[in-house]
Amino acid sequence: MATTHVSPTRTAAARAAAPRMRPHRWFAELGWRHLVGVVAVVYAVFPIVYVISASLTDGGTLTGSNRLFASLSPANYEALGGTMFWTWLGNSLQIAIATGVGTVMMGAAAAYAFSRFRFTGRRAGLTALLIIQMFPQMLAFVAIFLLLIGLGNVVPSLGLNSKLALIAVYLGGALGVNTFLMYGFFNTVPRELDEAAKIDGATHAQTYWTIILRLVTPILAVVALLSFIATFGEFIIARLVLQSEGNWTVAVGLYGWVSSLLEANWGLFAAGAVIAALPVLLLFLFLQRYIVGGLTAGSVKG
Amino acid sequence: MSTQAPTVDGTSDAVTPPGPSGPTGRRAGRDPGRGPVRPGTLVKIALMAVVNALGVFGILAAWREGSTGILVSMVALVAVADWVYFSRRSLPMKYILPGLAFLLVYQVYVVAYTGFVAFTNYGDGHNSTKEHAVEALLVQNERRVEGSASYPLTVVERGGQLGFAVVEDDEALVGTADQPLTPADGATVEDGRVTQVPDATVLSRPEVLARQAEVTQLRVPVSEDPNDGSVRTQDARTGFVSTPSLTWDPEADTMTDVTTGTVYRATSDGWFRSDDGDRLNVGWRVMVGFDNFRTAFGDERYAGPFLRILVWTFAFAIGSVVSTFLLGLFLAITFNDTRLRGRKIYRTLLIFPYAIPGFLAALLWSGLLNRSFGFVNQVLLGGAAVPWLTDPWLAKLSVLGVNLWLGFPYMFLICTGALQSLPSDVLEAAKVDGASAMRTWRSVTLPLLLVATAPLLISSFAFNFNNFTLIYMLTGGGPRFADASVPLGHTDILISMVYSVSGLDGTAAKNYGLASALSIVIFVIVATISAITFKRTKQFEEIS
Repeated sequence: MATTHVSPTRTAAARAAAPRMRPHRWFAELGWRHLVGVVAVVYAVFPIVYVISASLTDGGTLTGSNRLFASLSPANYEALGGTMFWTWLGNSLQIAIATGVGTVMMGAAAAYAFSRFRFTGRRAGLTALLIIQMFPQMLAFVAIFLLLIGLGNVVPSLGLNSKLALIAVYLGGALGVNTFLMYGFFNTVPRELDEAAKIDGATHAQTYWTIILRLVTPILAVVALLSFIATFGEFIIARLVLQSEGNWTVAVGLYGWVSSLLEANWGLFAAGAVIAALPVLLLFLFLQRYIVGGLTAGSVKG
Repeated sequence: MSTQAPTVDGTSDAVTPPGPSGPTGRRAGRDPGRGPVRPGTLVKIALMAVVNALGVFGILAAWREGSTGILVSMVALVAVADWVYFSRRSLPMKYILPGLAFLLVYQVYVVAYTGFVAFTNYGDGHNSTKEHAVEALLVQNERRVEGSASYPLTVVERGGQLGFAVVEDDEALVGTADQPLTPADGATVEDGRVTQVPDATVLSRPEVLARQAEVTQLRVPVSEDPNDGSVRTQDARTGFVSTPSLTWDPEADTMTDVTTGTVYRATSDGWFRSDDGDRLNVGWRVMVGFDNFRTAFGDERYAGPFLRILVWTFAFAIGSVVSTFLLGLFLAITFNDTRLRGRKIYRTLLIFPYAIPGFLAALLWSGLLNRSFGFVNQVLLGGAAVPWLTDPWLAKLSVLGVNLWLGFPYMFLICTGALQSLPSDVLEAAKVDGASAMRTWRSVTLPLLLVATAPLLISSFAFNFNNFTLIYMLTGGGPRFADASVPLGHTDILISMVYSVSGLDGTAAKNYGLASALSIVIFVIVATISAITFKRTKQFEEIS
């Protein structure tokens, strides 16, 4: 975690030293980096600038969006009100939040058990999880579709066209992907803490809820975020499961706009894209440090 | 195992798994000598009550629908949950079970089921069991028998379902779509027509007119045997018996066309076929062995596209990883100089593409690269009409280019992390030994960096191998292969091929069997690659 931080004193020293360099040497050592940086930033950011501009154009067509910031009108954003967009965004948020919370709760509980208890089948269980996580769930989408047809005959809310069913399907992937990430982190929490709690008379549940979970909050945040982001952008299963327009997620809905009438719907799409990107973008920028740490903590064993 | 003192553990013994009807009932008679009930215990009991209630609801529903598989699984799940949460001997399972239940149903089962479907001919024309196929054939081929008797008919509603009440030989019979005609005791017959039925309401003329379409489509079976046909009506006043033009002979396993006398035999591939090669249009699901795999690798309609798609899938996944890694590494090195001002700003701006949900980025780029109106052609290239997404090779290049934009920030982040966590003593040692900067980089930094990032590169490969969203949203797999009869294209990867073949998007006939077989092929490829990774990263050794 937090390997990406530079000690402030070194930076300050470097800054103080910088102006003393001669121009030629400055360019050879630092200037070119700025050049590369500017080019890279333009490359990274221009599509985003473009989509913001497109969302503010008047006509809302693809052709009309080519002149950047030629007009600044909220027409497209207002037009979103006449579509199902807000319903879709609500659905996406509901599904992604429920999946994120469920994933964290189930993954953390399982990681706790594997990290703290010694029981028969523990090794086998961990190995099985490792093997299961090699099979991406979405590859089995045909079988998921058929399963939901069967379940829907019995309990309609677990069948096709139900958000609950989609959440349940996503939660099926919760243990496989995240347990290891969490397991490694749980192992770094000293066992002496549990022992002390136990001696003080805490039950295993109290130890878990009041001691362990507090200490592993960073990894919980990472897993919740990664799960939220993955679910928010998931398309293939959402498209199969959610069949009526009122149940669609943003991914399914916006795809519908662009695939059917790209030229005409472009402004609407751009406005929708800007709004839909905001939750994830904000989470990302504010919790950058955690996410980067989590990405590397999961697998990089340097 | 844990060694809690019994007085401490509020969640322990003295409770047998509660009956489904009242899980809280028995807790009332708790042994008073065991101290106060903890709040946690109450929460647990409340949760388990909900779980049991939902479980019983599901079990009853499954019983009603006759879904044996679901019934058995539900009973098992509820029983296991009750045992785990009310037994002292199952402590670890208390924490693992919730996730495990979802994992078993929605991951392990579906993967196993994919394996099963891959060996069947499940799909359009083979949707269900043989009994259902026979029934569907008999119903579909019903027609009115010439000169058959007509019955005075009344439209009724029973339990929310439309039905018919007819009079045959002065006896009133009532039935609905699901219930064959049965004598209705106590029905009132006036002028040879039923006017009142005890457990059903007779619809008035305006009500019938309002539901005309439903009434003319309704068929009420004469008896449980589909061979007997059904009663239908055109005018809601007179009913005619229609009988199937096919007869089903269970002993001989044949269907015979009554009018032509053609005999259709059940064959092992799930169809009724006549001797001269005709077949009836509804078949059933049978095991077909390795046929689906043979189709994928051998049938010329699929084998050609499959091979090309397989090669492109590897090229795409490897190309994506290599290009994003190189760009990410280059940028990481560029910004890995503590004297550089504004590093934080650069870094924040550079991770923007990564923070945009992938589907939005793919859709956005599909507009940017649009041939006639897109920003790239119109503005950057001054009105050129480069077919970015419609030319086979350019489309491939575009897909890789867009994925580079999407993926380089991730590589930039992990390379930055890895560079900054390089052990300084090794670098120092190289300096002391007099190695040049280039030499240090090649012999020390790069190898260490690769070791650190290899697992992430491989999982990135596995991710891109199945990057359905990007392909589907950017090009839809197109441009289509000109020489293929199936809807597949030059930028399709295996997973999007599976999607097309399955027919779930409505562009082709449904073929779940073949789609599942292709899924299995991808499983094997991805699992092999992951297995190699895990061996390398020694993740297995961590399990102790």
